[in-house]
Amino acid sequence: MSSALGADVTGTGDGGQGRIRSRAGMLVDMEDIGVITVRDLRRRYGGMGSGGFDAVRGVTFSVRHGELFALLGTNGAGKTSTMEVLEGLASPAQGTVRVLGRDPYRDRAAVRRRTGVMLQEGGFPPDLTVAETGRMWAGTLTAPRPVAEALALVDLGHRTGVAVRSLSGGERRRLDLAMAILGRPEVLFLDEPTTGLDPQSRRRTWQLIRDLLAAGTTIVLTTHYLEEAAELADRLAIMHQGRIVRTGTPAEVAASQPARISFELPEDWREPVPGMAGTAVSITGRSVLLQTHDLQRTLSALLAWANATNLELTALDARSTSLEAAFQSVASGSEPSGPDDNRQDVAA
Amino acid sequence: MNTAVVTMRGLNLPAHRIMALARAEGVLLRRNRTALLTAVVLPAPVVYGFKMLPGAAGPGGAGAAFLIGLTAFALLFAVYYNLVTTLVARREQLVLKRLRTGETTDGEILAGTAAPAVAVAWTQIAVAGVAALAVSGLGRPANAVLALVALAGGSVVFVLLAVVSAAVTRSVEVAQITTLPVLIIPFAFSGLVFRLAMLPEPLRWVADALPLTPVAELMRLALTGTSEDGHHLGLTASFTAAAVPVLVLAAWTLAGGWAARRWFRWEPRR
Repeated sequence: MSSALGADVTGTGDGGQGRIRSRAGMLVDMEDIGVITVRDLRRRYGGMGSGGFDAVRGVTFSVRHGELFALLGTNGAGKTSTMEVLEGLASPAQGTVRVLGRDPYRDRAAVRRRTGVMLQEGGFPPDLTVAETGRMWAGTLTAPRPVAEALALVDLGHRTGVAVRSLSGGERRRLDLAMAILGRPEVLFLDEPTTGLDPQSRRRTWQLIRDLLAAGTTIVLTTHYLEEAAELADRLAIMHQGRIVRTGTPAEVAASQPARISFELPEDWREPVPGMAGTAVSITGRSVLLQTHDLQRTLSALLAWANATNLELTALDARSTSLEAAFQSVASGSEPSGPDDNRQDVAA
Repeated sequence: MNTAVVTMRGLNLPAHRIMALARAEGVLLRRNRTALLTAVVLPAPVVYGFKMLPGAAGPGGAGAAFLIGLTAFALLFAVYYNLVTTLVARREQLVLKRLRTGETTDGEILAGTAAPAVAVAWTQIAVAGVAALAVSGLGRPANAVLALVALAGGSVVFVLLAVVSAAVTRSVEVAQITTLPVLIIPFAFSGLVFRLAMLPEPLRWVADALPLTPVAELMRLALTGTSEDGHHLGLTASFTAAAVPVLVLAAWTLAGGWAARRWFRWEPRR
């Protein structure tokens, strides 16, 4: 698996040479401006009237060379709408997007040979076999890797004679990934690459993504799985209602939410809970919630106080920050989560 | 900073992309029984009826009428109808959207998708041409160049019309209805069903401006070398007589190209 990808780095022949040269030539640029830069991106569906809908409302971020940048968000947050502009499928209503220094919509011909795209949903004729699909897609590429190699990388080597319509959902997803990496892209866009995959396939896909990163590929990925983002992303952004509301490394984003300590006071307790540095205290009846960015210090102070006053803290619960907590706080921010789950992703 | 990319070009010529799509689309056509039936089997018995139509008694006789009628049917069914359903199916399957994420340009995607349909039509016409020569006593064509112009121009126009029709067709099933105007009106007023000379002046001009009329007229000029009212024309005169139909086809090409660019959708409506 990794040896096939490793060959990509050292490179033989024209394709590899060009890649290395362009990489060397662009090193300075990439550290300054990023492989992808998005500035104040806005996207609107359905015209300018009141019937229209702003799917993306002013998004700014950049992706550095060789990193994996994850876009997270609830359905309808604007992830796919943002991806479609990066992929060059749509032009922004406002703002600028640059991929490898160029406009992916206007300079389509120049950008496309260096990018690979996996859409949220397939897009291969159901009556073609896996091998025929690979042959067709390879025929449209400038410098494809062998189809058999790409299929082997996603463990579909044994399914070449099967019609796409007969593949399972997970197999179709993997075929899609194989086609996305068939052209040895420098930049790879993956829109929910592991949706519908069983846990084992998901882990194998993660390993493939890590190998691609190790070979120098820059990847933008959207996902519903927080675990996936925590596992793979160098940096991520959480989108909500068309805006980026949190961004940073997974650890930074997780740390944006305070850690939580909760406990209950005895019924006859009359003394006040002491204030602690950097800690927000909220009391509802007998329930106390402490929110802090320094869990260890706050917890030590709390326990010291409880021991000193001979207080038993019932239902004591302390939990550190997590990506999931950060995500939940965003998702429950201004919309009830119930109906949101059933809503179609705007760009689905 | 992209000089390296320029040196990487040229490993695959654009034609390779069209060929790759055309080959896949050809495989799909062979696997689609309905499309195959429409494209291959349907024209033969239908066109047999042309022996009873006005052209059969005219110059060139039944052979010319048969070949002109089959050309019309090939463009209408093998190219136009077949391509509307194919484009709608590929759009709804998200195939077109997926192709647009790759290196293939919009024009190449349409060309690759249309190629097998056009190839089927031309094969039908070639087979019919040989049959007409051998069996129906059709003589050597008076101006073969005009036949090629009719086929090339007619194919381009009906491919573009298919693209525009696909834009207003939301599903493959609806295509049976949305294709009716183009299948019926240009055919009815092409001069194949009745002689256009029977029409009053303004209607006559409208009929001349429809997309199938110039194809039929060019084919008649090519095969029989006679004007619509039956006068025999020399080679030079046949080129002169071809000017108006060629202009009509050119106008349809421009209009169809503009409309296709304006209205065609590459992915399903949300």
